[in-house]
Amino acid sequence: MKQDYLVLKNLEKIFGRGKGSVTAVDKVNLEVKEGELVTLLGPSGCGKTTALRMISGFELPTSGKIFIDGEDVTTTPPNQRPTTMVFQNYALFPHMTVYQNIAYGLKIHRIAEKVIRERTEAIMDLVGLKGLNNRSPAQLSGGQQQRVSLARSLIMEPKVLLLDEPLSNLDAKMRVSTRLEIRKIQQRVGITSVYVTHDQEEAITLSDRVVIMKAGKIQQIGTPQEIYAHPINYFVADFIGKANFLEGKVVNILSQEEIEVDIKGVKHKVSIPKNTFSEGDRIFLVIRPESAELEPKKSGAINGIISQVIYLGSRMVYEIEVEKNFLTVDITNPQEHKIYSIGEEVSIILKEKSLHVIPYEEIKK
Amino acid sequence: MNSSNRKIKEIIGNLRLIWKEPLLFVSILAIFYFLIVFVVFPIFQVFKTSLFVDKQLNFSNYSAIFSKRYYYQPFFNSMLLGVYTATIGTIIGFIFSYALTRTPMPFKNFFRAIATFPIISPPFVVALSAILLLGRAGSLNPFLTKIIGDYTIYGLGGLILVETIAYAPTAFLVLYGILQAIDPSLEEASMDLGASRAKVFSTITLPLATPGIASAWLLVFIQSLADFGNPMVISGNYRVLSVQAFLQITGMYDLSRGSTLAILLFIPTIIAFFLQKYWVSRKSYVTVTGKPTGATIKQLEWYIKLPVYSCCIIFTGMVFLFYGSIVHGSFQTLWGVNPTLTLKNYVEVYQVGKDYLIDSLVLSSVATPLAGIIGIFISFLVIRKKFIGRGVMEFISMLTFAVPGTVVGIGYILAFNQKTIFLPFVMTGTAWIIIILLVFRNMPVGIRSGIAALQQIDPSIEEASTDLGADSNTTFRRITLPMIAPAFFSGLAYNFVKAMTAISAIIFVVSGKWNLITIAILGFVDNSRYAQAAAMSNLLIIIVLIALGIIQLIVNRIGKGVRTIDIVG
Repeated sequence: MKQDYLVLKNLEKIFGRGKGSVTAVDKVNLEVKEGELVTLLGPSGCGKTTALRMISGFELPTSGKIFIDGEDVTTTPPNQRPTTMVFQNYALFPHMTVYQNIAYGLKIHRIAEKVIRERTEAIMDLVGLKGLNNRSPAQLSGGQQQRVSLARSLIMEPKVLLLDEPLSNLDAKMRVSTRLEIRKIQQRVGITSVYVTHDQEEAITLSDRVVIMKAGKIQQIGTPQEIYAHPINYFVADFIGKANFLEGKVVNILSQEEIEVDIKGVKHKVSIPKNTFSEGDRIFLVIRPESAELEPKKSGAINGIISQVIYLGSRMVYEIEVEKNFLTVDITNPQEHKIYSIGEEVSIILKEKSLHVIPYEEIKK
Repeated sequence: MNSSNRKIKEIIGNLRLIWKEPLLFVSILAIFYFLIVFVVFPIFQVFKTSLFVDKQLNFSNYSAIFSKRYYYQPFFNSMLLGVYTATIGTIIGFIFSYALTRTPMPFKNFFRAIATFPIISPPFVVALSAILLLGRAGSLNPFLTKIIGDYTIYGLGGLILVETIAYAPTAFLVLYGILQAIDPSLEEASMDLGASRAKVFSTITLPLATPGIASAWLLVFIQSLADFGNPMVISGNYRVLSVQAFLQITGMYDLSRGSTLAILLFIPTIIAFFLQKYWVSRKSYVTVTGKPTGATIKQLEWYIKLPVYSCCIIFTGMVFLFYGSIVHGSFQTLWGVNPTLTLKNYVEVYQVGKDYLIDSLVLSSVATPLAGIIGIFISFLVIRKKFIGRGVMEFISMLTFAVPGTVVGIGYILAFNQKTIFLPFVMTGTAWIIIILLVFRNMPVGIRSGIAALQQIDPSIEEASTDLGADSNTTFRRITLPMIAPAFFSGLAYNFVKAMTAISAIIFVVSGKWNLITIAILGFVDNSRYAQAAAMSNLLIIIVLIALGIIQLIVNRIGKGVRTIDIVG
């Protein structure tokens, strides 16, 4: 059983004092297992970068503790912590070559020259920088710079690798290919990693677990599947992927794992991993666009009028007006299905296994 | 053959564009004319005069440089003084800027104001206060002679002390900008990889700052070489080029020898200027990227804080001491004899110096806006318009900044004390020669800050204006000018200060009719009337501060826009 390698206990960071103070990180608790890649995900200002900087030692927590491999590192200065960080802007030393950049940390620790050479060559091989030893950072492409930054951090064999939005400065295509490479390397080396991003697609593809943050607080921690299929509140459901929300009420508790809800007069069975709802609770039914089908209008179903049709090649996206709400439905492989046009009346058939329920909240738009 | 054909076509094409706007075309021609007459011609005259002995073309001046004491001695002295001042000044400037950018020192704004204060005062005021403090009748003299025995403030030691205080702020400004612009994440990354603070400094901060350090050193070196006021007051027997050139021209009427000394001063200055501009700024790695994380760990060890803070406090103390003694000295009845406090000196200064004051204000107030407007316009032409000779225009307009005032001053009296093909009248003795001298001496600052400001404005904004039908003139007036207004006014402020405190070039062109306050101060010092000199210096500093205050108010009113000003480097 992998142990808790990185532990954040009640970690808090408050900037400023008195009236103008900002709580960037609000009593956060997290346990990361050895070898795991955990992503801190959330919108700008949610505290993910501040949390990362506290782990690396560049911010001092206002309260709380940080443990790495059992050791309390809360007040350890960053140059003595067993962590290294891949910076968002790479922070490559402009006056050093690629080789010197990567070898820098080992040189500082007075490792023997021969050992440095071996390890540097090996890591450059691993990340795909062979032959670029004598280039200066200014002569590299964005993707190459990113890899130098990664190599420079990895070569130190830290206990925890920290990555601060390492892909945000790359163009879209590079981002997709580079993130797979990063994941492969991380798994190969088996290094415990904390990754920060605001891109939910990145988070879902890369991580063993995802930590969703909002306004300094953790909303949910789970595997990508858990987060996607079973978000615990509106924010998480809305942040990850696309979602439709329909108001309704719990009418029946069928078992520990199944409840029945009433949406606009139509009853649906929904499976819930651990039910905490009671009869009569107001809820939102979370409907992912791909978990619905369309049929010509019939009674006893959720009915509406097509207001928008967007053809994307592999899918058809329909926007359907249902009693003042707009629902989005994704139909994959439209050639195999009936194609509807604007103004047609349709019934939305929900695929019950992919339905989910969250507590009702007042949504301020 | 193809590429030169293309080049010619390009030049003609550019000319055609300009031709379509007659106002622009005429302005460019006019500027070239003024630059040639008032910048190139005077300097050329100095060269020419040094080649003529007794009205005959003769290289004897130059062949005598290494043999005649009156040539190589001041040359060597000036260079040595420059090296000392530049080295010490750069070190102090670096420590100060390090303290303000990398330590949790309190009252940073106060220390920054102190560090830059000497820039706005007339530089030779420091020499005056050195006499007040450390001269034979100086207030600290008895105290100091007890400790180190007999000494004299006149000579190399005194000059180094005085010039360091006067010019270290220049080094500070350059280095402050450099240290601030180093991406903080580079130092964080270095720490992250295990480097101690000392290693971060030696492997990251220092190497990245090195071009800036070299730049600062060269700038202080140039200023020391060109310094006239301070050596005039306390060089004693330590002869330097600027003073010797002046004495030869105005005292001995030996134009030939004086010009040669001026050329000896000109050459190292211009070399240093080129080094600074082209070699040092090329190699700069510094880019302003990323948000400055205020948290570049401010937990600093005591053995770093102590020496750094002490150095800053000592320098601050000296600034207060020196400038304080000017204030104190101005209230003394008779310096060195009667220390009772009195306002008599101010009364006398007002009676005697009122005209000087008015002359200075009038001439500076005319010269400053002229310099600012022409400067901004030149920077606009150089950055936004393409025409043949653009690089030459930029180069010439910077020249008067690089050339020591002594050389320029000599050049002006050589060039304009007779009718020439350029000007159908004699200009020496008029107000105009002073105004024009001030304009062209200070224009480079306006050009520099104009260029810096313009480079920060996206050209597509001006292109949009042209696209909608405005010509260059209108675009400049309605779009560009408002956007660079704050930088423009900051440039004006600096110009005004420089005009009011000018001495090294001005001293050659003042006449009975037009005289400047700085000359009057020098006159008082010459006659050992130190209290009066102090009173007048005080007045000058106060006037300058008021003017700066007014300009700052105007800048604040204007509000948004580009705010930078590139005073140095």
